[in-house]
Amino acid sequence: MKDMNEGYVTADGRQIGGVIMEMKNITLRFGGVVAIKDISFDIREGEIRAIIGPNGAGKSSMLNVISGFYIPTEGEVFYKGIKRGPMKPYQVARLGIARTFQNIALFDGMSVLDNIMTGRLTHMKKGLMSQAGWWWTGAAAEEHENREKVEKIIDFLEIQNIRKTPVGRLPYGLKKRVELARALAAEPKILLLDEPMAGMNVEEKEDMSRFILDVNDEFGTTIVLIEHDMGVVMDLSDRVVVMDYGKKIGDGTPDEVRSNQDVIDAYLGVAHD
Amino acid sequence: MFYREAGDFKTSYREDSQTFPIKFDRLRYYAVLVVAFGIVPLFINDYWANAVAVPFLIYAIAAIGLNILVGYAGQVSLGTGGFMAVGAYAVYKLMTAFPDVNIFFHVIIAGFITAAVGVIFGLPSLRIKGFYLAVATLAAQFFLVWLFNKVPWFYNYSASGQINAPERTVFGVFVTGAQTSAMAKYMFCLVMLTLVALVARNLTRGTVGRKWMAIRDMDIAAEIIGVNPLTTKLSAFAVSSFFIGIAGALFFAVYLGAAEVGEAFGIQKSFLILFMVIIGGLGSIFGSFAGAAFLVLLPVFLKNVLVGTLGWPTDLAAHIELMIVGGLIVAFLIAEPHGLAQLWRVAKEKLRLWPFPH
Repeated sequence: MKDMNEGYVTADGRQIGGVIMEMKNITLRFGGVVAIKDISFDIREGEIRAIIGPNGAGKSSMLNVISGFYIPTEGEVFYKGIKRGPMKPYQVARLGIARTFQNIALFDGMSVLDNIMTGRLTHMKKGLMSQAGWWWTGAAAEEHENREKVEKIIDFLEIQNIRKTPVGRLPYGLKKRVELARALAAEPKILLLDEPMAGMNVEEKEDMSRFILDVNDEFGTTIVLIEHDMGVVMDLSDRVVVMDYGKKIGDGTPDEVRSNQDVIDAYLGVAHD
Repeated sequence: MFYREAGDFKTSYREDSQTFPIKFDRLRYYAVLVVAFGIVPLFINDYWANAVAVPFLIYAIAAIGLNILVGYAGQVSLGTGGFMAVGAYAVYKLMTAFPDVNIFFHVIIAGFITAAVGVIFGLPSLRIKGFYLAVATLAAQFFLVWLFNKVPWFYNYSASGQINAPERTVFGVFVTGAQTSAMAKYMFCLVMLTLVALVARNLTRGTVGRKWMAIRDMDIAAEIIGVNPLTTKLSAFAVSSFFIGIAGALFFAVYLGAAEVGEAFGIQKSFLILFMVIIGGLGSIFGSFAGAAFLVLLPVFLKNVLVGTLGWPTDLAAHIELMIVGGLIVAFLIAEPHGLAQLWRVAKEKLRLWPFPH
């Protein structure tokens, strides 16, 4: 079922493509602290890939390596089969990798609409001079074209009524949704979600889960997510990587992972005799 | 004619993204333009032009420039006076070196020269933020003033060390020099301010403005979304210095006519314009106008009341005036830390719902 380049078909009948991103022997050190130790795994096109593990296991660091914010001390990252050199975060964004943050990182001084419009930055090419001209130089036309795409995402995530509200005034659950919208506006190939459901109540979690599945379904976006809620992870994801103390201790479908002895030990603890 | 959104439906993104989405606002804006261009020039005299109108127009340009840097991009700068000096000396050198070229172009080119200088002094912003950056820009202020004092080439080796604006015309009308009429000064500065405000508005409502604000609000998230911090910060410095350079050029050539750098473009100027931006409202074009109006009009107003109405001696009035202005600034900032623009916004919000606020 897991042939390297062929992809596979999930239980619910979705076609998963070939490997879009591959992490090879990634090690990440901060001084003496080893955050990630020799981890390899791959991400396939169109799948929902979860990274789980106890607190401090190195999940967020892993996500930061994928998003290019950390450059791994050792190991290689392949994106679409090409080795990715050291890059600035904004260059990675242009490759089509977008993310949300564990503690919301929206632009508080801007409206919801402007926040989501910033997600379109990588698609907007008009420079300073044509911006200054606005109507005469086509910047307005470009703006409105992109506005149309953003409005589709606003519809999709059902946040039409808060379009013009300053982000600072929104409740937590909506902020999370706006952040997802901003990431989606970039039309990413890979979407990284860092604890998308942290601090939400059951209803909000249900909404968010539905949005994640819809995004994957509608846009075919590959999704990598970190989440603590096991119920959500097992329901949503196609394959799961389990980390503990910077090492990979399990990798496979939710069912495989659930029955993995190392994983059970890491989560429940091992009896010492 | 009421201040209402009801019934004012937007059916295209073009309509939705206009500067004044409410019809009443739009009409008011056109009315202001008509008064400023059509009516004021007919009545303006030397006193009003020199004491109120021209300084207001020029400071408004400088405040818009500084607001782009501080209010939109979140980079604190105390180098405004120095950058205005660059604009002033650039326009002086251009006016004396190329007397045949129209002064309008000299002013614009002086803006571009200032933009280049601003980018150089903006380089530290890539590494340092906040107060530390403020100190770094303070260095620009002192260095530039020192430079224009020290190197005689900048003031064409004149004996006094001053620069004097030669007489120049636009469409045959004098705009600099002793023969300039109040109306010409006013109109020239007004046209510049209108252009600057339009460009500033266009920049801040589009991609460039959003990049600046993203860097201001959360630089790490901005970078991960695809904002290049290098070009974004430097573009903010460039645009900001461009406007400030234009303001400096006008301040010297049109308003003062003759200037000595330490006196005209000292550190007080940097603070004055920073106060305008803070009092007017950070991150608001309207705020720049409001702040400039407040700090230009208030002293004139107080002087008229104290000397004209109450009959106090001029020197006493001058000191009391400073104290009152200072006190008002403090009181005002405690009452509304987000500036006049925020007051205006709240007032409009209330007016929109009036008389049924619930």
